[in-house]
Amino acid sequence: MELLSNLMIGIEVSMTPINLLYCLGGVFVGTLIGVLPGLGPTATIAMLLPVTFGLPPVSALIMLAGIYYGAQYGGSTTAILINLPGEASSVVTALDGYQMARQGKAGLALSTAALGSFFAGTVATFLLALFAPPLAEVALKFGPAEYFSLMVMGLVASVVLAHGSLPKAIAMILLGLLLGLVGTDVTSGTPRFTFDVPELADGINFVIVAMGMFGLGEIIRNLENEEVRDVFTRKISGLLPTWADFKQMTPAVLRGTALGSALGILPGGGAMLASFAAYSLEKKVSKNSKMFGKGAIEGVAAPESANNAGAQTSFIPMLTLGIPSNPVMALMIGAMIIQGIQPGPQVMTEQPALFWGIIVSMWIGNFFLVVLNLPMIGLWVRMLTVPYHLLYPAILVFCAIGVFSLNNSGFDIYLMAVFGVLGYVLSKLDCEPAPLLLGFILGPMMEEYLRRAMVLSRGDAMVFIERPISATMLAMAVIGLIVVLLPSIRKKRDEAFTEEG
Amino acid sequence: MSGLSIRNQKDFYSGLLFIVFGAAFMWIAQDYGFGTARRMGPAFFPIILSGILIAIGIFIAARGIAVAEEPMRGFTLKGLVLVIASTLLFGLLVRNAGVPLATALLVAISAFASQRFNWKPTLVLAIGMAVFCVVVFVYALGLPMPVRGPWLGG
Repeated sequence: MELLSNLMIGIEVSMTPINLLYCLGGVFVGTLIGVLPGLGPTATIAMLLPVTFGLPPVSALIMLAGIYYGAQYGGSTTAILINLPGEASSVVTALDGYQMARQGKAGLALSTAALGSFFAGTVATFLLALFAPPLAEVALKFGPAEYFSLMVMGLVASVVLAHGSLPKAIAMILLGLLLGLVGTDVTSGTPRFTFDVPELADGINFVIVAMGMFGLGEIIRNLENEEVRDVFTRKISGLLPTWADFKQMTPAVLRGTALGSALGILPGGGAMLASFAAYSLEKKVSKNSKMFGKGAIEGVAAPESANNAGAQTSFIPMLTLGIPSNPVMALMIGAMIIQGIQPGPQVMTEQPALFWGIIVSMWIGNFFLVVLNLPMIGLWVRMLTVPYHLLYPAILVFCAIGVFSLNNSGFDIYLMAVFGVLGYVLSKLDCEPAPLLLGFILGPMMEEYLRRAMVLSRGDAMVFIERPISATMLAMAVIGLIVVLLPSIRKKRDEAFTEEG
Repeated sequence: MSGLSIRNQKDFYSGLLFIVFGAAFMWIAQDYGFGTARRMGPAFFPIILSGILIAIGIFIAARGIAVAEEPMRGFTLKGLVLVIASTLLFGLLVRNAGVPLATALLVAISAFASQRFNWKPTLVLAIGMAVFCVVVFVYALGLPMPVRGPWLGG
């Protein structure tokens, strides 16, 4: 059993006291930022990246992964208790979760979310262990043409499945790709778009882009309308579900897990899409559908299972192909590059301890989350009372120090401010920042693969459609674009993302 | 020609912004070698990308003229200016004046952007963050950042 021996490697790595500690730290921080509205996992991971540079790669990635799936847990807590989703992926949880809380069933809603997530996390971990190796094996046979087409497909899929305007998202990808090219061209040694600024010769650090657009941009956006939050302060009891509750939530958890796992693998998928889709599905198939929106336990169980499953299976394309499916995965890839690991299918064979260690740590992290979330709910509720006007200056300090610590350079902080302005202005123009970050990370890699493919084909661009795998991937990208542009499907897509309205 | 007005400002201005970015990248990239398809020069990929970006920008901007949608809302100039200005000031001060002063000013100035600004808790937070950063980042984590910069005689 190769799977078992691989999992044993993972257990050995992730069970060392130091890695258990980083895993615990990651999920703790993740839950914390999930609870605090206005601070998302992308900004937090960008903020903490400089701290992880000194750690061994496996510990760093275990912690960063923990932040990501921990945030899904924390986000559900605020959704249920104050009808304010801490994370975008918990938006639908608020619909029924908050109603349950108002009916005095806050404890039950919280435990449903936690148990559903734990089950989904466990299943998704096994799926990851099962499907990642064969996928990596296929990817090992890829040449530069396949890689280029894969990236095109990944980028297109990430905007097709995301919400918002398609042309704007594509424009944001292109802008990201171009910004990613700033710096010295590796092949010719020509400094590009550097304006003779020495700090730009090595390119723009992705931490600066992420922190400016997601950290600063989000703070300014939140300052537009500061609402007073009505915190649910009553004592929370009845955490343990009854047997009847169990029977009611189980099918929803199973469906949510299945749907979430499938959607998480897709580029552009991940936690948010998974939770929206699972809620819509559950509302359609449930016998209890009249209760949806009025405190249905299935309305909490399904999206919570789905978002956690999706959060974890979105690691599959990242770990096996080196393709990010969302901004958090883009940051993880950036973290790997900084640690000197070239992301791609060879990670599994060359760094089995890293690969399997991360996978097993996710299951351990999910276990920590159940242990952490249910008994410590009192602490999280108190965290909810931290007012945002005292929180954001502190976030700003961590962003500034984090960026400064990259190179001890004031220039990096100015650059972060520039990206903050850009991020805010673009988001006011309804241009989501996520595609830009994906493009930014992939820009240099795409150029390199394009260049190599063209050298191998002696300048013949037909190579991309003559090689079957490459052609298939490009065809899928084109089909994806056409499908979204069809009016009937576009309407459905818009509906799926406005479920809460 | 009264029909030619901008009906969707968000589309129009974002389209314009993409055109400007695309044109700037393309204009700068012209100085680099384009190369051939077989031996791509440093300008090859950027010029293709900026060409597509300009095309999409034109499409988005044109749509902004043709299709109406709801106007832009809730732009916060105060939040934007204060958050960005305090960040720039931090960048200037952190090396020259040191971490505690830069941190305290960053907190104080950015906090002023909130409608619920209150000087007492802000003062406590500013001093608290300054002390925290010195203790954690400079002493505990050993990051090479000055506690007292040259402007303060450090």
